[in-house]
Amino acid sequence: MKLVRSFNASRISGVILAYTALLFGALIASPAYAEYGLNFKTPVTEIAHIEYDLHMLILYICIAIFVVVFGVMFYSIYAHRKSKGSVAAKFSHSTNAEIIWTVIPIIILVTMAIPSTEALIRMEDTTNSDMTVKITGYQWKWHYDYMDHDVEMFSSISTPRAQIENKQEKGENYLLEVNNHVVLPINKKIRLLITANDVIHAWWVPELGAKKDAIPGFINEIWTKIDKPGRYRGQCAELCGKDHGYMPIVVDAVTEEEFEAWVQKQKQG
Amino acid sequence: MTATTADHHDDHHDHHPSGIGRWLFSTNHKDIGTMYLWFSFCMFIIGGLMALIVRAELFMPGLQLVTPHFFNQMTTNHALIMIFGAAMPVFVGLANWQIPMMIGAPDMALPRLNNWSFWLLPPAFTLLIGSLFSPGGAPAGGWTMYPPLSIQTGMGMDMAILAMHMMGISSIMGSINIIATILNMRAPGMHLMKMPMFVWTWLITAFLLVTSIPVLAGAITMLLTDRHFGTQFFDAAGGGDPVMFQHIFWFFGHPEVYILILPAFGVISQVIPTFSRKPLFGYSSMVFAVAAIAFLSFIVWAHHMYTVGMPLAGELFFMYSTMLISIPTGVKIFNWVATMWRGSMTFETPMLYAIGTVFLFSIGGFSGLMLAITPSDFQYHDTYFVVAHFHYVIFGGTITGAFCAVYYWLPKWTGHMYDEKLGKIHFWLTVIGMNITFFPQHFLGLAGMPRRIPDYSLQFTEFNMMSTGGALLLGLSQILFLYIVMKAIKGGEKATDQVWDGAEGLEWTLPSPPPAHTFTTPPLVK
Repeated sequence: MKLVRSFNASRISGVILAYTALLFGALIASPAYAEYGLNFKTPVTEIAHIEYDLHMLILYICIAIFVVVFGVMFYSIYAHRKSKGSVAAKFSHSTNAEIIWTVIPIIILVTMAIPSTEALIRMEDTTNSDMTVKITGYQWKWHYDYMDHDVEMFSSISTPRAQIENKQEKGENYLLEVNNHVVLPINKKIRLLITANDVIHAWWVPELGAKKDAIPGFINEIWTKIDKPGRYRGQCAELCGKDHGYMPIVVDAVTEEEFEAWVQKQKQG
Repeated sequence: MTATTADHHDDHHDHHPSGIGRWLFSTNHKDIGTMYLWFSFCMFIIGGLMALIVRAELFMPGLQLVTPHFFNQMTTNHALIMIFGAAMPVFVGLANWQIPMMIGAPDMALPRLNNWSFWLLPPAFTLLIGSLFSPGGAPAGGWTMYPPLSIQTGMGMDMAILAMHMMGISSIMGSINIIATILNMRAPGMHLMKMPMFVWTWLITAFLLVTSIPVLAGAITMLLTDRHFGTQFFDAAGGGDPVMFQHIFWFFGHPEVYILILPAFGVISQVIPTFSRKPLFGYSSMVFAVAAIAFLSFIVWAHHMYTVGMPLAGELFFMYSTMLISIPTGVKIFNWVATMWRGSMTFETPMLYAIGTVFLFSIGGFSGLMLAITPSDFQYHDTYFVVAHFHYVIFGGTITGAFCAVYYWLPKWTGHMYDEKLGKIHFWLTVIGMNITFFPQHFLGLAGMPRRIPDYSLQFTEFNMMSTGGALLLGLSQILFLYIVMKAIKGGEKATDQVWDGAEGLEWTLPSPPPAHTFTTPPLVK
């Protein structure tokens, strides 16, 4: 039959390998590339560090398995071609091989599950917090209530409509700027209570490693303890209607003194 | 011999109306299969155009082409149409064509039900697409339809709910038909553990469908009564629970993703042995792996909802059970590689697609394993990382698996070889376009771009441009696919009955193309 025209398989494997090496290579070197938007943003809380380390661990394991399995497959594609005169073997079963490739993945999964479990237990522990902020999602803005300081405010997007409609040049923090920043002290364990008033939203600031759904009728809780002063930007992460893309979050992490001063100012004005 | 038997059969009771009647009243599994395949291709094009609108808007930051509300309608309907209109029907079409020919049956067990299953789909999708023109537009709350947002939508949501009920009835009837056919109509000697893998994966998929679709029906019915009849199942203010909807929805939704992928696994389990000229490695472990995946798919649903605020014990349970799925999935991938190992391989288009499916699905599988890990999922959840993940699984696994099947069986169906050179070009364009579209989305998600937003901050511009370029290439390449299929239907090199020299199975004993009625006398399987 004429159909059996073999394709140049080494070219297939070459192209595919080069392609994935390029892309995975970028990911492997990712800590250095974080600024270029290839990987997580630089973590500034314990939780975000845990997430980052776990993410990299699992990613490396996956890449290793990927290289081994597809190394074997592409070698086979290269070597066991009809055009190279390969004659098909007859085997169709090997209990030993099947036991090996069931047991090894189980071992790998256990090594993944142990640090993941530890991390999760650590992350879910919201006890012994120093202060509490209640966050409420609205269509399409956030409300913050500093429950220990008697301060509350709404925070909504401050990017001018003209920039969104391309009538004006877009600013550096296009879509990630708000009228009232959330000011939080560093080095304090802050408990965040998250809920919503209308539909489901999700409060997410990548650098803090904090993401939780804001659900009407439910109060979810997470905690954060910020290591470094700075300005951290996030967005709503659960589809909440037409302006879902336009309800950003800006957190200003400041020293305790600056925080107290900010609280006083809010109370006065 | 079979051909003469079939002709003889036709002489006696010729139920072959010509023209439109042939299709409207058809009870023939081959004709109904053809209709399913064409229907799913139409939906693939419509859903693809919606995706291109989404990608075009995301080419640059700022709003250029559509309003955010219309953007949300496009993402929602792209998903619904691709899942229920393209990915599911294409495999029902393949099942219709192939299962009777592969098990030596004359037709499906319930031919009239088969006709009804198909003919429910066009009105269902007319209704769904028609919702775009209703006051308030089509559903825009995502294909997951989470309340309370889906309660806010206009009457388009009700049209979509009715449409989904019709699709669900169609799927359930189709599945019952497939189960009845496989369990009752196998040729003598075709024991369960002798069935081709494609038949096995469909048997298990059909059970997944009959168990999970009614759960979806329940969820959307509760949504409907919440919207119009004063119930408060999902309204916290009335004592209801919006999270309960998510639990019910994903109890359907997770088996659904295996409904989409398992038949594709079946296809490549046929194709890889054919072009490796070597029997499938570990047949019985393949069967058990599919069964294990199907069972596990019912106890992992809440990994879609790690951020809803589940108790720690719940998060741990769903993390462990989800990780477990990678074991049977791994077994399948290892078995495919072992089938290729020391084979005598050639790389015709179906084989290229089979290898592409294994490769691309695995990338989606690995990102799935990453997503299973609850603590790091808090970062991935609802970002473009998830979008990249499920497109690697559904496009890289299901759709390339469907292309693989069409190239593999097209010579049998039409009696003509397709154009091999064009087939290979279509493969490379599709795979390259697919990777340019979806690979950068991993980076977008990791860097913090949420899903389902019509506009984004400036840092995400380059990768979005790349993704849109890839989507255009991917979309345009499918015109070539249409051309290749049309060309093979119209003519071309005659296909032999055997078609592929390494192929085994009953369908290859039939003429190419097979007459309307085949295996009216059951073949004997040794």
